[in-house]
Amino acid sequence: MEDLSIVHTWPPELETKVSNLKLPIYLDYSATTPMDERVAAKMAQYLTIDGAFGNPASRSHEFGWEAEKAVDLARQQVADLINADPRDIVWTSGATESDNLAIKGAAHFYRKKGNHIITVKTEHKAVLDTCRQLEREGYEVTYLDPEDNGLIVLDKLKAAVTSETILISVMHVNNEIGVIQDIRSIGEFARENKIIFHVDAAQSAGKVDIDMETMKVDLMSFSAHKIYGPKGIGALYVRRKPRVRLEAQMHGGGHERGLRSGTLATHQIVGMGEAFRIAKEEMASDTDRIRMLRDRLYNGLKDVEEVYLNGDYDHRIAGSLNISFNYVEGESLIMALRDLAVSSGSACTSASLEPSYVLRALGRNDELAHSSIRFTIGRFTTVEEVDYTIDLVAKAVDKLRDLSPLWDMYKDGIDLSSVEWVAH
Amino acid sequence: MAYSEKVLDHYENPRNVGIIDDDLSVGTGMVGAPACGDVMKLQIKVGDDGIIQDAKFKTYGCGSAIASSSLVTEWVKGKSLDEAGEIKNTHIAEELSLPPVKIHCSVLAEDAIAAAIEDYRQKHQ
Repeated sequence: MEDLSIVHTWPPELETKVSNLKLPIYLDYSATTPMDERVAAKMAQYLTIDGAFGNPASRSHEFGWEAEKAVDLARQQVADLINADPRDIVWTSGATESDNLAIKGAAHFYRKKGNHIITVKTEHKAVLDTCRQLEREGYEVTYLDPEDNGLIVLDKLKAAVTSETILISVMHVNNEIGVIQDIRSIGEFARENKIIFHVDAAQSAGKVDIDMETMKVDLMSFSAHKIYGPKGIGALYVRRKPRVRLEAQMHGGGHERGLRSGTLATHQIVGMGEAFRIAKEEMASDTDRIRMLRDRLYNGLKDVEEVYLNGDYDHRIAGSLNISFNYVEGESLIMALRDLAVSSGSACTSASLEPSYVLRALGRNDELAHSSIRFTIGRFTTVEEVDYTIDLVAKAVDKLRDLSPLWDMYKDGIDLSSVEWVAH
Repeated sequence: MAYSEKVLDHYENPRNVGIIDDDLSVGTGMVGAPACGDVMKLQIKVGDDGIIQDAKFKTYGCGSAIASSSLVTEWVKGKSLDEAGEIKNTHIAEELSLPPVKIHCSVLAEDAIAAAIEDYRQKHQ
């Protein structure tokens, strides 16, 4: 962690006035969130010998009963956020495991009904890689293309359905671009056609309203660490009315109605419950505040020349902003923005030379996919941090464009798509 | 991702950023492709004595790419065309302590010099 007394060899106007800004500024809330202090305090009560450390499955003594009570309460808290019954909630190690359990579990259980699954190209790897695995097992998977704004069109989904379709999986909110899919309509369609509908809600729970009474979703994945809870714990909503069956992926003791064996991590579960309780109470006020900050950031940046917003502006969660800065490469931009913790759609930040698959699926060309930055704002972001960010980003983009041959060519009116590149 | 100090230095204080107006004494090489996330443009101004008097670069690419091309403009100044052609990507990578995943940036810089030299030579055939 740097403090502001360190001087960059940047334009002097960027050496900031004394303030209580702590650098680097965290703007990667979609990657993970710090735990809310209230969550950490709650969890601490379930760890040591003075706390409720018992195994919730110990039926025969007070230690077990106390832990079980805490788990029951947390289950209710998670259910309350989504207007579900606590009996619908299955604890897992995180949204990745929930996705695996939902998709493999449903696909395997209903294999006699059919072997076709429909999902979207922009899903999280936890869904895509699980589908690839099922393809290796002989299932057929259709990966739908979203529109340029990141949203999928219901008619295209309908057109993909066959008599073999048993499962549809569409994420509620996309982790890279923040767009919100219309899962309500998809759910109506799926239910009418008796196709199981799974939704990865890792990025939406606590940020967007979810009502399982009215949304016809059969399976829904949740993560704690995206909403100020601990890492390593998640949940899967499994509908009981109408009943959805799954083949368990973890065996050994029959916990969670046989769906997910393994001793329940009381402290983790309590943390998730508390995080979801706080989310339910503070979602409206958090969202207003975060949206105000996000809009401030966007307004500060959109006047920079050749800046492109990735994903629909309106159908997006309040804290998310994914922007491409044309003619500037993403990793060099991230290096220039070392005082910010953000993530990039650039290939350089991963091991391959391929840019973000999500941005490519939106139809973004390679340059724009390479030069994207994802800013995600959260509960602890301040106005000061946003203003500093605007300033820093504008200056960084300027400096990098001064260095960029592509910017020169653009300024000279050369159409880059007509150039024959000597690639290596 | 941790960057080496040398890479950071070239990035914060890049040497020889700019454009040389094209004429017979100038060789220009442009290599790479936006699709790969790396484009380097290297220019050399060659004196009548065959010695490189000035070099400028412009790069679209990550920190390692910027550093590699910046370093190369430093190294070619004062060299003859043949000597400049002997600069290998391994020298660049070593000087900048590039990690394996960034070696291709140094390869591109080597290609850029070769392209600039070739362009100059073509003009003087």
